Amino acid sequence: MATAEEVAKAAERRDVRDRWLLSAPALLVILLAATGPLLIVLVYSFLTPGAYGDVKWQFSPDAWISVFMERDIFDDTLSLAAAHVTIFWRSIKLAVVTTLATLALGFPTAYFMATRSEKTRDLWLFLITIPFWTNLLIRTFAVLQIIRNEGIINTILLKLGIISAPIQILYTDTAILIGMAYVYLPLMVLPIYASMEKLDFRLVEAGYDLYATRFKVLRKIIFPLVKPGVIAGSILVFIPALGAYVTPVVLGGGKNMMLSNLIELQFGQGRNWPLGSALSITVMVIVMLALLAYVRNAGKSGVRHG
Amino acid sequence: MPDKPDRNAIEVVNVSKIFGSGEGQVAALDKVSVSIRENEFFTLLGPSGCGKTTLLRLIAGFDFPTAGEILLYGQDIAPLPPFKRPVNTVFQSYALFPHMTVADNIGFGLEMLGKPKAEIKARVAEMLKLVKMEALAGRRTAQISGGQQQRVALARALAPQPKVLLLDEPLSALDYKLRKEMQIELKRLQHETGITFIFVTHDQEEALTMSDRIAVMSSGKILQVGSPWDIYDKPAERFVADFIGETNFLTAAISGTSNGKTRATLKSGTTIEATVAEGFQPKDNATVVVRPEHAKLTKDKGDLSGTVENIVYFGTDTHIHVQLDSGEAFTVRQQNTRSAGCGFERGDKVGILIGNDAAQVLRD
Repeated sequence: MATAEEVAKAAERRDVRDRWLLSAPALLVILLAATGPLLIVLVYSFLTPGAYGDVKWQFSPDAWISVFMERDIFDDTLSLAAAHVTIFWRSIKLAVVTTLATLALGFPTAYFMATRSEKTRDLWLFLITIPFWTNLLIRTFAVLQIIRNEGIINTILLKLGIISAPIQILYTDTAILIGMAYVYLPLMVLPIYASMEKLDFRLVEAGYDLYATRFKVLRKIIFPLVKPGVIAGSILVFIPALGAYVTPVVLGGGKNMMLSNLIELQFGQGRNWPLGSALSITVMVIVMLALLAYVRNAGKSGVRHG
Repeated sequence: MPDKPDRNAIEVVNVSKIFGSGEGQVAALDKVSVSIRENEFFTLLGPSGCGKTTLLRLIAGFDFPTAGEILLYGQDIAPLPPFKRPVNTVFQSYALFPHMTVADNIGFGLEMLGKPKAEIKARVAEMLKLVKMEALAGRRTAQISGGQQQRVALARALAPQPKVLLLDEPLSALDYKLRKEMQIELKRLQHETGITFIFVTHDQEEALTMSDRIAVMSSGKILQVGSPWDIYDKPAERFVADFIGETNFLTAAISGTSNGKTRATLKSGTTIEATVAEGFQPKDNATVVVRPEHAKLTKDKGDLSGTVENIVYFGTDTHIHVQLDSGEAFTVRQQNTRSAGCGFERGDKVGILIGNDAAQVLRD
């Protein structure tokens, strides 16, 4: 006869087995849909490009070398891939500026929404999410209509006589930033709003009561308490902004290549899938490093939540 | 009562506060005037919705009056934002900053005032000692109990040495025993710091035991201001008499009012002497109140007569509910002794004696 200990052990084994069986479907989806493709990308980055796209199953570190280095076609010497570095830097700059712009616009917006009455709050939330229902391309073209030379802004300014010739906004960096900020603003507003809504506004009153001016209350009380929302919003904006494809092409006129354009090029006209794969993984690593640095830095500056 | 200087710390002059607009207008305060003396423990007492918290918020600066003036030592502070008023608040919910330690919370006001670090440190240490929280200075506010949070909230509000301290039902979240302790603690703090306290509560017992003076409020108006003794023994209006303690209401015919005294003829035909509420307008019929402990039950004929309806034992005393022959109800409170019962039984025919200085005629 089995002792009580053996019975307990058997039950525990059964328990563990059941747990694995029950979570198997979810694990399978994660494996097939997320980890699998990533592994394929990683493997491709170490192969040789085929003549008509695709890859040849032959190991080669060339793709990784050309991410950072340029091989001189005459004497085979390696030098820093200045073009790639420029494109990386341009994309990172755009992502950072977009994040800052959405934060500057989104924080007051979220504050405004959170301080409305409960009924009107839902309306504002609804208004903020409406753009999500529209295709990204259409939204981008809508922005184009507003800022182009014959667009709403220029027409009104001309009619009012404030300017004598249309201001060239379209196909500039400003145009890209306007488009990016518009497209990604909800991703910043929603997490900040979620934090702000939970904020106990009596703490704000307590701050005022203890001689804190409006600015000090914002800096010392509101901001530290909604920081998790700010961090989440920044991450949600930064990651897609780094890989933004449509907006820079449509509003920037494709004059300045972005990371996403570069990667797309390798899988299209460039017919260099390994380089495309290596570039993709490099972007991923940059994002991860940036996030690590950001979260750690945000955590260090004093806010521990009780 | 200790001597209080006659200077007024706060003067509220004809202050109204109207919320909403058009049809939905609600007057939370209706032309309220009251003076609060320096170093006084002043209580705003009333049921919820009476406007007491609104008045406190106007003094703190979280809301602004629709009309009227609020003077702090003679200077109108009504238009000033809260951070420009030398007034601090202890919130009902404490509103401690969850992202700061106990010490940081207490030092916050001084930091915002731009005091030097060394001074803040010394003052925080002093405050921690005052509220006996030295050991928990480094804790987060979520890691301390409700009673401790209460102390921190007090220390935080007292640290910048405000001219007036506002307390918005600060004890309501505490359990009975802790509340009793904190009542004594608050009195001690007020005595030690010499700061004017304005205390808001709906608990009449709390108001009576702690205050130098009480303002009883109802529906946006102050009905009566006076010492606890005044409020309890000489209520001006039915609401005040009813809200504070238990009392008996009798209808009486009034005659010969002079010098704050009058003669009231009860329905039983007996005429008794009574004091008259301030602002009483001479009229034929008025309401007379007699506190249950100021009447005596007798088996003989008294000023009133009736039948014992119910007897309730309370430990320290016994409440005897009597149905008067005139149809009114009357309760007598009788001190208990160890050796004998109350001496009456249900259904007994009894008389009620009302002492010489037991009755007060209300103005409404």
